[in-house]
Order: sequence, then C-alpha cells, then structure tokens
Amino acid sequence: MALTTGMARSSVIPTDVASSNASLRGFLHGLPGVDQVGAEARAASLATRSIKTDAKRWAIDTAISMIDLTTLEGQDTQGKVRSLCAKALRPDPTDSSCPRVAAICVYPDLVITAKAQLGASGVKVASVATNFPSGRAALPVKLADVRAAVADGADEIDMVIDRGAFLSGHYLQVYDEIVQVKAACGDAHLKVILETGELATYDNVRRASWLAMLAGADFIKTSTGKVSPAATLPVTLVMLEAVRDFRESTGRQVGVKPAGGIRTTKDAIRNLVLVNETVGDDWLSPDWFRIGASSLLNDLLLQRHKMATGHYDGPDYVTID
Amino acid sequence: MPMTSKLFDYAPAPESRAIVDIRASYGLFIGGEFVDPIDGEPFKTVNPASEEVLAEVSSAGRVDVDRAVAAARAAFSQTWSGMPGRERAKYLFRIARLIQERARELAVLESLDNGKPIKESRDVDLPLVAAYFFYYAGWADKLKYSGYGETPVGVAAQVIPWNFPLLMLAWKIAPALACGNTVVLKPAETTPLTALAFAEICQQAELPPGVVNIVTGAGDTGRMLVEHNDVDKIAFTGSTEVGKAIAKSVAGTKKRLTLELGGKAANIVFDDAPVDQAIEGIVSGIFFNQGHVCCAGSRLLVQESVADEVLERLRRRMSTLRLGDPLDKNTDIGAINSAVQLQKIRELSQIGEDEGAQRWSADCALPDRGYWFPPTVFTGVTQAHRIAREEIFGPVLSVLTFRTPDEAIEKANNTPYGLSAGVWTDKGSRILSMANRLRAGVVWANTFNKFDPTSPFGGYKESGFGREGGRHGLEGYLR
Repeated sequence: MALTTGMARSSVIPTDVASSNASLRGFLHGLPGVDQVGAEARAASLATRSIKTDAKRWAIDTAISMIDLTTLEGQDTQGKVRSLCAKALRPDPTDSSCPRVAAICVYPDLVITAKAQLGASGVKVASVATNFPSGRAALPVKLADVRAAVADGADEIDMVIDRGAFLSGHYLQVYDEIVQVKAACGDAHLKVILETGELATYDNVRRASWLAMLAGADFIKTSTGKVSPAATLPVTLVMLEAVRDFRESTGRQVGVKPAGGIRTTKDAIRNLVLVNETVGDDWLSPDWFRIGASSLLNDLLLQRHKMATGHYDGPDYVTID
Repeated sequence: MPMTSKLFDYAPAPESRAIVDIRASYGLFIGGEFVDPIDGEPFKTVNPASEEVLAEVSSAGRVDVDRAVAAARAAFSQTWSGMPGRERAKYLFRIARLIQERARELAVLESLDNGKPIKESRDVDLPLVAAYFFYYAGWADKLKYSGYGETPVGVAAQVIPWNFPLLMLAWKIAPALACGNTVVLKPAETTPLTALAFAEICQQAELPPGVVNIVTGAGDTGRMLVEHNDVDKIAFTGSTEVGKAIAKSVAGTKKRLTLELGGKAANIVFDDAPVDQAIEGIVSGIFFNQGHVCCAGSRLLVQESVADEVLERLRRRMSTLRLGDPLDKNTDIGAINSAVQLQKIRELSQIGEDEGAQRWSADCALPDRGYWFPPTVFTGVTQAHRIAREEIFGPVLSVLTFRTPDEAIEKANNTPYGLSAGVWTDKGSRILSMANRLRAGVVWANTFNKFDPTSPFGGYKESGFGREGGRHGLEGYLR
C-alpha cells in the first residue's frame, strides 16, 4: 500500500502496515476513536428524515436493486433456491418496471442450483463461505469451502472474520486469513463479514473495517444475520465513514453491506439516507451498497404497489419465498 | 468537495400548519384573561421565513404593566403563595401534560414565528419545555429539602429572548411557580405567539387568575416591567448590553436579579478527538438553531496537528446541511429570526472579511423571501479579530488553532464572556483537567448544546449570574 498524503492525516497508511502484528495494531489503534453516544445520536437524527412521494419511489426501487436476496437455513432446498431465483429476476411478476435484485445469497452447496437459474442474467450469485456463520474451522477447510463455491460459479463470496482472533488482538492472523481467502476467490468479489454484534464497540467496528479493507476486501458487511444485534444504523454509519476515509487515503473504493434485521421499507430507506448523507452519490448503487435481507423484498414490493395504486395489498399478494 | 446529491433528492415534506389556529389579533394576558391594552400600541409579528404577517399583537404600556403586576401581586398574596406545595404541583403537572398533548401544535407555531426548523422545535424545544415543567412540578412539595428555604420571593418580572421562546418561558415560569411566586412575563417582540398559546394553556389548566401574566411588547415594555416598584425579582435572558442596563436600574433597590446573557464559547478539539462525532458537535454547536444560541460554540479551537483534517471534514459536512422552509421536516437550517438580526450577522461577517479572515460558505441557494444566512466558517481568525470576541448570534463559526492544552485554556478564557465550552478528546483525565480550568458555567465533554432540566445552567463574567435548571435553579425564587 503506497504512502499517501491525502486529507485524512490520521489515517495515512504506512507501506509496511501488515509487516507485523505490532505495526498493524499500531495503525488500527491510531485511528480516531468513535464516541458511542455521538455516533448513535447522529444515526438517530438521520433516521428522522422524511422521505415522501418521488423520493420514496426512487428509494424503494433503488433498495430493491441493492438487495442480496438471502436464504441461509439448514432446511434450504433446491426448490426454494429456484423459487428465490425466479423472484430475484422478476420481483413483481405483474410489473416489468420493477427492478431486479442485485444478488441471491446462499450456502455453497446451493450455488450450482442458483447459478443454473440465474446464468448470465446479471443477477449475481453470492455464497457465504469460510465455515459461515461461526468461522470456526481450520484455514485449509475455509479455503476449500471458498474454492468449491467459486468453482460452482459463485460471483461473490461472503466470508466471516475470525472474531476470536480479532478480539484477542491477533490482527495479523485475521489479516492473513482475509488475504488468503481473497486469493482463493480469484475473480469473485469478496465481502468480509465483521459480525459487528460480536465486536461489542464501535471502535472495534472501525478497526475491523480498516483491517478488512487493508487485506483486500471488496465489500465490508456487518453481520451474518445469525447474531443479534445485526445491522444497526450506527454500525452502518461507522462502516460508511470507514470506506469514505479509506478511499481518501488510498483511492480505492470499497462497498458496504448491512445485513440482518433490515425488514421494512422504512429500515431500507433509513439505510439509503445514511449512505446519501455520509458518502453520497458514489455509493448509491448496487455496485457499492447492498442490503442483505430475506423478508425486506416483500415489504418493498407492497409499498411499491401502494405508491402506484394508493392502496395496500394483503400479505398473500407477494410470494413467501 | 460538495456532496449535494443528484441521485437521491428528498421531496418536500412539509409539516402541516393546519393544526395551528392563529388569531388575527391578541390582547394581553392579565388576571387569567386576554384583555385589550389600555395605553399600548399594536404591532405585527411576522414569519421570518416568508415575511408574512402572522398576527397583530398588543404592546403593553405603563398602565398595562401596572395592571399585570397588580394582578400578580393579588394572586401571590391571596392564593398562590399560601397554597400547599403539593397543590401547586398539581397545576404544574397539568400544564406539563397539556404541553405534551399540544406539542405538535406548539412546535409548528414556534417554527412559524421564530424560523427554526420543525425538526428542532419538535424534537428539542417541545420535549424540553414539558420536561422542565415536569421537573419543577416535582420540586413544589419538596422545597424544604432544597437548601434554599421554602419562602417564595413574591412577584417575578421575567423577560425572555426570541431564540427559544417557549423553552425560555419554561425555564422562567416553571421554577418560579413551583416555589410559590407569581409572574409577569414579557416574551420577545418578534416571537410572542407561543407565549400567548401558553396563556391559553394556563386557562385550560384552570391556573388561578394572576399567577401567570403575559405582557407583549418591545424593549420599552420590558423596561417598564423590570423597573416597576412592586416586583421583587427580575429574571432576564438576553443580550449583555440590556443585562447591564437592567443591573444598573436594579442597583440600590431590594429587587433580586438573575441574568443569563451572551456568550462566545470555545469548542476545543484535541488531536485525539473522536473526529466524526467532533464534526457533528462543531456543527450542532454553531449551526443548531441558526446559531441563535447564547451558549453556541462560536469559536472553534482546534489543535494545530489536526486542523487541516478537521476543517476539510467540517466543510464536507457543511455541504450536506439543508437550508430552507422551517416547516419542512428535512430542513437543518431555518430562517434568521429578524431583519435586524440578519443585518447584524452580515455586518460582523463583513468585518471578519475586512480584518483578513478567510470566509467560506457551502454552496446553498437562499430563498428569495424571508431572512436567510448560509452556514459560514471563518479561518485564519486570531484572538484580536472582532469575530473572535463579539457574539454574532448567527450561523458563523470562527476557527482558531492551538498547540498545547495551556494555550487552549488561555485562548478559551480570554473573553469577557463565560457561558459554555466544549472539550473533544478520548482522554478522560484531560476532560476533567480542562473542565476545572475553563471559566465557563457549562462545559460539555464530547458533546455540545445538550440541555436537561436537572442540570444547572448559567454564566461567568459578562455571561451573567444565577443558575437556571436543577436544584440550583430554585435559589433565585426562594428566600
């Protein structure tokens, strides 16, 4: 990483930042702290933005186009994945103006099924890997997990970091693991899941964000969805600030994906407001901002229909899978 | 780097003003009723965002002020001072609940008359107004534990400013009534409407007549009120200039006086500050309520080693501020309260430029009608500049730098004022040492412009004396 003299002086990255755990620690702990009360107050204040009429229409369609439509259950079947793929391609079968979602997100063994459905449609196949959600496996096992998903056609890999190593200060170990997973991804995009619900502090969220970006993440993602709290607004805010500052320092843009707990149109719009007022237009596209969700799409569709017709449909007017 | 979005453009989201019923004209509220003035002239109050006339209001003359003080005196001696504290508390709790019930209406009215964004009147002013009444209602039957005695002072003459009309009314009336005093309150000339709505709430609450009297008018009415022979206590919030005049007029009388005056607060950002939150604190410190805040963080003292970075981030953040219709729920910066105030802000900003400081404002279109001033920051400011010494009372920030904590303290304290200060650092011990050495009534740590009814508020030096809020706020109203 080249030494830069950009604006963010506090985040100038030394060339040998990952040469030892000590230098990595020195850099990460030298990042500006996050005041919890202030960060939460800022997120709460942005959550009061009132998004109406045309702005709401735009936000609903944009949110749909940013969804990683997800199913990550032990009971997932090929049938369910095929159904989800059909929905990803035509979220509202009655309205061809409704945008497609960004991706389908499944376990590695179902990548082949999803890819067969989606092919070159433009809707990506994302796969969790690295022994999702706990990440508790030997590194060779995690790497094999990634390679298998990529071999089956995954366009994107959602890996989990080793939270145990991170919390005990073994930053270099976490870094090396991400670097190796990134190498195993080949051309597939790498999203690094921080599992912020287990990191406990916003300082840790900021450090983990930078660590993942330094190691080559294309996206940083809040959560697996298996741990609560998942994607809270203040966490997403802190991660957006991190990608903004990282680009100031390095020139490289990294995407953000909140996942877990975003269920309603209101939640989704609040996330878009956060993006809009923290990092702006450059991140307001599915290339740079994704929302990991399963039930959110139905609520967006119901709201979208309400905007078009003036009345609400019942829950049976959208499909369950 | 302007960050005005082209993709996500928020549609107008105006709060409806249908909820507010503004009368064509208002009398004075004396002895529990709205009465026509006897010797005062009517004047108009306008919406500063549009210059539209909202209502005609009465200016109280000498005879009217006499009537109001007499009504307060009668209520003091006949009902209120002798009423048990727990009974007084019931009225205050009732008023607090009525304020909550009518919060939306009062917030819209406040934004219309004052120009502040509805987001602030709805989420800051009104919740605090109710909270101050609830808090002091709780004290009414516990005064013997206050440490200041249980005997009320008598009739209080209270004169309040236009920046937080209803909140300043609450700061004045709630503790006075809790302690058994009666009041004559004069709201500011440009923002009388919520005080008059409060008069209706007193009627709704069936508060005994004369306990609260509201006389509208300009400086003359205020002068007649504070110079009246039969008032026992004066509480004033406003400019240091007027505060000094009041102090002179009170000298040699037995009247008691508390003053809450101007400020030129230092907001001190150290190099280890949580920088994103510090930026938010700088913004809310000076742009909250268009900078019409006596405790505004109008001087940013930033440590030299991070000055460039902080300023760059501040400018970026300022370009996301949304200026416009105060009733739009997404407005961050509303209108300047009056043409007079706008003129003063313009003059002092021009002086800042003439003295050689560098002026910067975000690109932002100002509406054609109404009184508007864009959020502005001056860099290259020194202690000698007038914009570093005088209270601008508008959305104008002066930036100075420092190298060591000692230099920060020296600069922060080198002002005739001493109302508030802010310290931004991740180091707890530094917060405590700075707070001990800053000569300011309020020191915020890693936050700014936060208010709470349990916390005393007031100044050092030319920022005034006496405290409002908390147990300390009872002292001025007891003997």
